[in-house]
Amino acid sequence: MIPFVYSRPGDAAEAVEAVAGDPGATFLAGGTNLVDHMKLGIASPTALVDVREVVDDAVEELPGGGVRIGAGTTNSELAAHPLVRRRYPLLSSALLAGASGQLRNMATTGGNLLQRTRCVYFQDVTTPCNKREPGSGCSALEGHGRDNAVLGASERCVATHPSDMAVAMLALDAEVRVLGPSGERRVPLADFHRLPGAEPERDTVLEHGELITAVDLPAPQEGARSTYRKVRERASYAFALVSVAALVSVRGGQIADTRIAFGGVAHAPWRARRAEEVLRGRPVTETAFRVAAEAEFAEARTGRDNAFKVPLAINTCAAVLRSLTEVNG
Amino acid sequence: MDTTITLKVDGERHELTVDTRTTLLDALRDGLGVYSPKKGCDHGQCGACTVLLAGRRVLACLALAVAHDGAEVTTAAGLGRGDELHPVARAFLDHDGFQCGYCTPGQICSAVGMLAEAEREWPSHVTEDLEAPVEMDEAEIRERMSGNICRCGAYPGIVGAIGEVLR
Ligand SMILES: Cc1cc2nc3c(=O)[nH]c(=O)nc-3n(C[C@H](O)[C@H](O)[C@H](O)COP(=O)(O)OP(=O)(O)OC[C@H]3O[C@@H](n4cnc5c(N)ncnc54)[C@H](O)[C@@H]3O)c2cc1C
Ligand code: SF4
Ligand code: FES
Ligand code: FES
Repeated sequence: MIPFVYSRPGDAAEAVEAVAGDPGATFLAGGTNLVDHMKLGIASPTALVDVREVVDDAVEELPGGGVRIGAGTTNSELAAHPLVRRRYPLLSSALLAGASGQLRNMATTGGNLLQRTRCVYFQDVTTPCNKREPGSGCSALEGHGRDNAVLGASERCVATHPSDMAVAMLALDAEVRVLGPSGERRVPLADFHRLPGAEPERDTVLEHGELITAVDLPAPQEGARSTYRKVRERASYAFALVSVAALVSVRGGQIADTRIAFGGVAHAPWRARRAEEVLRGRPVTETAFRVAAEAEFAEARTGRDNAFKVPLAINTCAAVLRSLTEVNG
Repeated sequence: MDTTITLKVDGERHELTVDTRTTLLDALRDGLGVYSPKKGCDHGQCGACTVLLAGRRVLACLALAVAHDGAEVTTAAGLGRGDELHPVARAFLDHDGFQCGYCTPGQICSAVGMLAEAEREWPSHVTEDLEAPVEMDEAEIRERMSGNICRCGAYPGIVGAIGEVLR
């Protein structure tokens, strides 16, 4: 680890100024991703600006029935919050399916959104990786590819986004509130994480020095049932192979509305707009679930090691939809 | 880059000078000679370094010491009172909740923090109903302790020990 200066700014604007004005500076929140990356040599900031005391750590009700989640809210406080448990249970479920009790006590909402891929080559500085070192090549294309993306990848990078929380938030139509040197802006979570394209080094649309201050969730959909299901290699404390967050409302035996997002399949949490479109207005049948999920993965591209993800994602999606539409289920 | 910080560890105040790069774990062990928290993986993957920060369980290997200037840290060694063991530590002894003992201080701190979370009605991944009162059974204990790996596989004893504390 290279030496760095540590500072605690007095407020959010000061934090933004400190990072925006210094290319070597980075925000520090819970540190569970950043400190690990500094030890691994993936991140080498020369200044750390601690934001835990300058961003909110509360969950507040918004007029209109939504909630605002301060970026400093820990993953454990957010999962346990009564408003979240009651109105957005799939968000609690997603958070509780991630990491461990200790990590959730440290990890923050802002940091969770910005956690980086768990691609093994990204984490190993002795191997080429376009995300870590632009232009060096992508080791995952030919190497261990079990975790690779099946949707939206590029020849530059096939990594997946590891967050559980973000997948649930994406299905909930969350909006990210950002403070930058030139003021505030809001970014729909659907536009926040990028696909790799030619610039896999950029995970999100944030510019250097932009601070996440909060995440807003709109009012919950009346009458919708929802869940988060994560498939992983052991029962707990493991990242997702595939995960599904879904909300469904049924009226008169037909799917009135649905929102579906996948984790583990792409460089960003993946909103399943195609599957949603196929399902809207359709009668609740097993065939509809499968046709919809298959439509979402029609353009999936797989390699030697990750072909299993497509049927896994389709089956998980169908199972989730089935469980959410069962009468008295 | 050296900075001077204060830590209250197991009830005792210490002032120490650390490089900004020092983790809380290294500050405790190398800086203060508090060897109860262990270094297993040093990357947040094993739980051996678990301590309580203002009562909450965290991983000392991913916390920077400078970021916790003024913090109140409790390690497994500081849980008991004098020669009297903390009930969780006592239960680990009674149930053979360890073999080599390396993971044990982390397990015990994690268990104490976890029991406080359950007391606060925090749900877990295996809690069926997120709005009902939490019922702590074996599945709940196992899920909530999944961040603490035991290379010796003393899990049945660990689960038994925590189960006894809950009774
Ligand atoms: C062993 C292990 C297992 C894990 N398992 C899972 C899992 O199963 N599922 C899952 O989803 N996650 C998992 N995680 C990841 C964990 O959720 C993230 O590390 C955590 O959410 C990051 O939050 P943090 O506050 O610690 O961020 P930090 O590490 O402090 O920061 C991460 C990044 O975000 C930036 N940042 C932080 N806050 C802000 C802000 N407000 N504005 C702008 N930038 C900011 C930092 O500069 C840094 O680049 C695991 C982690 C570990 C170590
Ligand atoms: S998949 Fe992306 S993160 Fe992984 S080695 Fe290739 S470029 Fe790097
Ligand atoms: S040493 Fe901290 S989690 Fe392993
Ligand atoms: S008792 Fe040996 S690692 Fe747990």
